Formats: sequence, C-alpha cells, structure tokens
Amino acid sequence: MRDRALIYSGLAVFLGLVTFPAWHNLSTHVTAKGPDLRLPAREKQCVAPLEYMRSSHMSLLIDWRERVVRAGGRDFTALDGKHYNMSLTPTCLEQCHGAKADFCDRCHNYAAVSPPCWNCHLDSKPVLRSAR
Amino acid sequence: MTISRKAFLRMSGLSCLAAAAQRAIGAITGTRWAMAIDVAKCLKQENCTKCIVACHQAHNVPSIPDRSHEVRWIWKDSLDHAFQEQLDEYYSLRAAPAMVLCNHCENPPCVRVCPTQATWKREDGIVAMDWHRCIGCRYCMAACPYGSRSFNWMDPRPYIHNPNPEFPTRTKGVVEKCTFCTERLVGPGGHPRPPACVEACSGKALVFGNLADPHSPIRELLAARRHIRRKPELGTGPNVFYIV
Repeated sequence: MRDRALIYSGLAVFLGLVTFPAWHNLSTHVTAKGPDLRLPAREKQCVAPLEYMRSSHMSLLIDWRERVVRAGGRDFTALDGKHYNMSLTPTCLEQCHGAKADFCDRCHNYAAVSPPCWNCHLDSKPVLRSAR
Repeated sequence: MTISRKAFLRMSGLSCLAAAAQRAIGAITGTRWAMAIDVAKCLKQENCTKCIVACHQAHNVPSIPDRSHEVRWIWKDSLDHAFQEQLDEYYSLRAAPAMVLCNHCENPPCVRVCPTQATWKREDGIVAMDWHRCIGCRYCMAACPYGSRSFNWMDPRPYIHNPNPEFPTRTKGVVEKCTFCTERLVGPGGHPRPPACVEACSGKALVFGNLADPHSPIRELLAARRHIRRKPELGTGPNVFYIV
C-alpha cells in the first residue's frame, strides 16, 4: 500500500473530470429550464397551432419561401381562416414577435442552432430604431 | 392492370390535346412584362437619378464606394456606349443617358448556365432570382452579355444606410440583379404596382407594361415610336426597349 497517495489523488482527478459537466453547469448557473421567450402581447394564436410551430416552424417557413419566391404568391390562409402575408420580417417579426433577439435568438441559442435566415432577412427592431 | 391499345391511344391523344389547349390559353391570356425607356424624355431631366435612388432604396442595394465591389440594379450609361454597334457617330442623341438594367430576355443566357436554377424565367417573362439557391458560382455573370448582374464580394449590410425592412438584403457570395419588382407586381390584395423606378420617374420616361396585351400603353408606344434593343444580334430577345 505504498501507492496509496498516488491512487487516491488519481481517483480524485478522475472523479473531478467525470463530474466536470455538473460543476461547470453549477458555476455558470445553467438550469434545466428552457429559454425564457417574450411572447406577443396582443396575438394569442400563431399562423398554425403552437405544437406545430414549436416543432416544425422551419418547414412552414421553407414552404412559405417556395411559395413566395418560386410560385409568386403572397397570401397564406391559416387553419382558422385568417389571411396572412407570407413574409418573415413584416409579418412574423413586425406583427407579433418584435425583435428577433427576444424570441427567435433565445431559443436558437438554447438549442445551439444558427439558421442562416438572418444573413439576409432583416431584424425589424434595429431597423426601426435607426429610422427614428 | 391491363390497358387495351385503343384506350392507350385515346388517353395519349387526349393528353396531347389538353397540353396543346393549355399552351394556347396561356398564349392568349398570358403576361409578358416589359419596359420602354424614352431616351429624349430622360435627357430632359438633367442629372436626375430618381429611378436609381428609388430602386436601390426599395431593394436594399448597398452603395459601395469601391467600384470593383459595386452592386447595381439600374444605372446610367450613355446611349453611345450602350448601343455602340447600332448608332453611328452622327446620331444626335449619342450623349443622351440610357438607363440600363436587366433586360429580362426572352432567351436568357444566365438561366441556361445557372447550375442550381437560382435564376429562372417566370411565366410572365420576368427573369427572377432565388437568392436562397444562389451558390455564387458567377456563371450567370459570365453569360450575361449586358453586365446586368453584380456579385456580393463582401457583406453588403454595412453599406446599406437606411435599410427597408420589407425587403431582404443579400449576403456575401450571391449574385443579384433587377427583378422588375416582382414583389410589387403581386401587390397587397392583388393590385399590382409598377416597378419602383417607373413610379419614381417624374419625367414619365419609363413605361412598364404587358406586351401580351395589344392595347397596353407600352404596346401602343412601341407601335408608334422607333425603338431599339441592346445587342439584338445575340438572339437573347431583350424586353427593355429604348425609344430613340
């Protein structure tokens, strides 16, 4: 048992490494709670049911993109019969979700995805702010 | 499932008839968007850049001072330069300005070469662009005989001073050009508006209309006045006409 010190220090290093994610999350205050989204104040219903939007908004947006760019249409009729102009910045952001930083970005950052939509489509808030 | 020879022939014949009928109806009721530019009227408005400003503002076209990185949808050239091979040196309007933009050709060479169909010819004649699909290969720029296309060599956003949130910007690595304002032609509630440049022109030098309609103002103008197109010998069939 002359290697006791070596074994215990090795075990301590091993345990430290194995539990590192837990320590790291504790020190940076990461919780299991999802992102805190700012929801629209007025509108209660999105263009499609909440569950569908949560899981498949990207498919819906790609479908809108194809219909606007390739087929040249702009009008979208939702399930409840309401009509919407298929447009990311003027409809999604300006009518409901305000700045993308409070809604889109919070969830995308949480899920660690960076969709390229915003390389071209403008965030309405900075634009409106600079115009004032 | 079996099918008799008679039924097969009948179905084939009917399909061919239906396809032909669809094409015939399309030719009668179709749309062919085109533009006519009255050079003399344009000359009267000295140093006017209203159409350029309106277009570039509406479509978030960056104003990059370095000419090798310049992006433009519509710009001013001299008639002499735009029509080198058609106008002789004694023509009186040689120095007049000629607004040049994408010609929305009948046989667009850019569409032929695009490997991703990011640019294509719509049924109404407009050579449209899908910036989502553009991979920045610049084949279309090499194919276009009019130099109507610009490439984004860098992120254009720092050079867009007053962005229009209604229209997206482009990103580094895509090609862009005039789209004949397809977004305005759809219009809210189905009311098409003329392109931004046509609306901004105070001298009424730009006329936009449907060539397929024999009673449209553009058809009447073209019937009454002498007009030329850029490089007609190439067979691209430009849909931008210059009234000279």
